This record gives sequence, C-alpha cells and structure tokens, in this order.
Amino acid sequence: MTQPIRILLAKVGLDGHDRGIKVVARALRDAGMDVIYTGLHRTPEEVVTAAVQEDVDILGVSLLSGVQMTVFPKILKLLANQGAGDMIVVAGGVMPDEDVAALKAMGVAEVMLQETPPQAIIDTLKRLVVERGPR
Amino acid sequence: MSHYVPSRDLIARVAAGETAATARLITRAEKGLPEARDALAEIYKRAGRAHVVGITGVPGSGKSTLVAVLAGKLRTRGVKVAIVAIDPSSPYSGGAILGDRVRMTELATDPGVYIRSMATHGVVGGMARAALDVVDILDVAGFPIVILETVGVGQDEVDIARASHTTIVVSAPGLGDYIQAIKAGILEIADIHVVSKCDRSDANFTLRDLKASLMPSPASGPSPWIPPIIGTSAVKHEGFDELIEAIDRHRAVAFDPDAGNDRRRHIAGFRLLKTAENLLLDRFAASVDNRAAPLIALLARREADPYSLATELLEPTNAEDKSR
Ligand SMILES: Nc1nc2c(ncn2[C@@H]2O[C@H](COP(=O)(O)OP(=O)(O)O)[C@@H](O)[C@H]2O)c(=O)[nH]1
Ligand SMILES: [Mg+2]
Repeated sequence: MTQPIRILLAKVGLDGHDRGIKVVARALRDAGMDVIYTGLHRTPEEVVTAAVQEDVDILGVSLLSGVQMTVFPKILKLLANQGAGDMIVVAGGVMPDEDVAALKAMGVAEVMLQETPPQAIIDTLKRLVVERGPR
Repeated sequence: MSHYVPSRDLIARVAAGETAATARLITRAEKGLPEARDALAEIYKRAGRAHVVGITGVPGSGKSTLVAVLAGKLRTRGVKVAIVAIDPSSPYSGGAILGDRVRMTELATDPGVYIRSMATHGVVGGMARAALDVVDILDVAGFPIVILETVGVGQDEVDIARASHTTIVVSAPGLGDYIQAIKAGILEIADIHVVSKCDRSDANFTLRDLKASLMPSPASGPSPWIPPIIGTSAVKHEGFDELIEAIDRHRAVAFDPDAGNDRRRHIAGFRLLKTAENLLLDRFAASVDNRAAPLIALLARREADPYSLATELLEPTNAEDKSR
C-alpha cells in the first residue's frame, strides 16, 4: 500500500472567496491525497506553522491579490528558519510571466496558473513528490 | 534529493521540543516504517507522563470548536497543548479533506500548541497503533496534555477514544445525535459528558434527555467515578472552567497508583493486542500472496467451500502434507 500524498492548501491575502481552492481540494482528495485545508485570509506565519506541524509533502499557496512577490519569499524564509527548508512549495493563482520565473528562481517548485486543469495539477504534484524521494 | 535523517537521530530533537523533528517522526510513525521502529521503542520508554484526553461525538457536534476553546483556556493557565484530529478517509479514493484546523485558527501561531490532522487511511499498520505512537511522541516532545479528536462512529475511532486516560463524549442539540450516540454505544464510554452549543435554546432538551438516560447506574468498584454532565458554549465561552475542573479531577483518578490501575492495564492490553493484530495481518498478507490464487480458483468454480479453503490458507503445512 502506498502512502497518500499530504498537502496543505492555504489561501493567503485579502481576496474573499474560496470556491476555486475547494474545487482543487476535492479533486486532490478524489485522486487519493490527504488535503489539509486551513481556510481563508491566512498569513504567511500561520501557513508555515501549520505546514511544519502537519509535516506535509507539499505546501500549496493560492493567491489572487498580486502579493506573490512579498508572500513567497517570506514563506520560504520562515520554512527554512523552522527547519523545514526541504518542503515542496507550489504557487497557484494569477500572475505575470516574469513573476513565475522569479518565484521558481527563489525556490518555489512549480507555479500553476488559474486555468490549470485539475489532472495537470495532480500529475505535477505526484511528480514533485517522486522527484523529492523518501524523507 | 532531500537527505533522509535516521529516525534515531530525531529523538533528541523531539525531546528538545523541536517542532519539525517532532512532526517528521510522527509522519514516520503514521507510515509504520520499519526504520522508525526502534526509535519508537525508545520513545515509548521515555513517555508516560502526558494526560491523554479523547474527545468523541458525531460529526458536527462541535468537537473541533470545543477543542479550540478548551486549548485556549489551558494556554491562559500556561499549559502546553497538543491536538490530534482524526478524520475518516473517503472510502472511494482513500483520500481525505481534513478541515479541523479551520476551527482552530486562534491557536494558529502559538508555539505552545501543536495541531496534527490524521486521516484514517493515511496510516499503515492500524489506526489505533499509529494514534497511540503519535501520542507518545508528543508526550516526549513535552506536551503534558494530548487531546485526541475522533469521530464517534466506526469501531476504530471509538476504540481510540477508549484508549485515552479520559474520554469525553460530546452531544449537541439539533442533530438527533443523542439517539445516534446510544446506538453507536458511545455514551457509556464517557468519563465526562459534554452537551455543546448550550447557547441554543434546544440544548435544554439534550441535557434533559442525557440526564434521564444516564440516571440509574449501579455503583461498581470501591470509589466509582460518576461521569459529570457539563454544558458548554464555545460561542459564549461558557462551561469551560467546569470542564477543565472535571478533566483535572479525572486525571487525578486515572494517574492514581491504585484507582487508575485498571484503566492503565486496559489501555496497555488494548495496545498490545492491537499491535499484535496488525503484525499478524501484515504477515498474513505477505505470506498469502502466492498461495491464495489456486484456492480462489477452486472457490470460484464452487469445487470447495469458503470455510474449508480459508482453513487451508491458514494452515499451509497441513495443506502441503496433504498434497504430497
Ligand atoms: N451555536 C453554537 N454553534 C457551535 C458551537 N460549537 C460549534 N458550533 C458549530 O457547530 C458546527 C460544527 O462544529 P465543529 O467544531 O466543526 O464540529 P465537529 O465536526 O464535531 O468537529 C459549526 O458550524 C460550528 O460553528 C457552540 O458552542 N454554539
Ligand atoms: Mg472536527
């Protein structure tokens, strides 16, 4: 029996709806993953604390409010400070191409823009966990 | 890619209260990794101080909300709190959505609180085995109280609640869960009854029904514990001082060298048998692989009956003798 992938999904920022992230959560559950959902309007500190306590394989952070270039550096730094620098971080939402490139350069494993179909998200997440290896 | 830290090397970091190390050892305990076994043996020897409080009740009865407020009150008294929230996995995909943390956001960045979500299919080698290993890790990590939230349906979950020092059963108005709880047989495992959502007017009915159903219980043993019934409101923060007082009183009984002896033996016995049961199942599954196929073929053709074939499957030596 293989172990389910554990992923924490969080919504950071002020934008007020969670329909999209809930659709993703259900798709991941239906693909056999354990999805920890933390609700709306989370701060980077809350998200990182939760992800470290839950020891998830993947931390998925979605944002629509254009704050990605401040939020992700903060998250990566907090993870490293808390001894979890090896956690896979993925981003979701809407952002310009140059931000995608910048996020990947700083250590975000993958950026999935808003129109990414669920199956593509699932395949990407599975690949990232395989590439990481046992932990 | 990432380098693998041996489980043994995590023990000192767990004992020093390091969150990432504690979380990682918990992951390995959940996975039932053979590599982690001797580390967990060491953890077991070091553990035994934490008060384990099981909270159970049907979905929607207000357990997570109650746990959040309870933990907050304990924090104002300076007590560190660990919470393990166990939820059922989807029977179709094996996956799960674990949302208990949404109710606990006020504890989100308090370093004196550790919250872990577990899915029933997310573990290997038995839910009860895994949950109790996780409790020991948190014990060694320095949490004097570990709260286990389980859904009060399903035998496994009820068993886990029973394997706690103190079991709290939550009933709530408006769910019809008073009847459901009786059916599931969980009311009688309570050391403490909570009626949640007492800010609602219909909570009076739940309280009344519960009192009526628990009334005549013949005293057993020299100093019988009589489970109190406590009304709480997480919305109004009412009833929690009384609840903490009851938990403390029951802790004193559970940890008493004499009075708590039966309970500790019951928990140890449960744990031993569950662990053995899971070992047996693992070995059986490993040994059965090749031998089952011909028997399945016989069974499908109705050339032999299930009981005889199952007996043969369990007694390979006899079967081999016969075939000679
Ligand atoms: N009125 C009222 N509602 C509550 C209270 N506690 C929880 N609830 C509500 O009951 C629902 C289920 O709560 P939750 O803690 O998730 O229950 P669980 O499934 O047993 O963990 C939520 O909508 C809560 O807001 C309370 O003290 N009063
Ligand atoms: Mg809950």
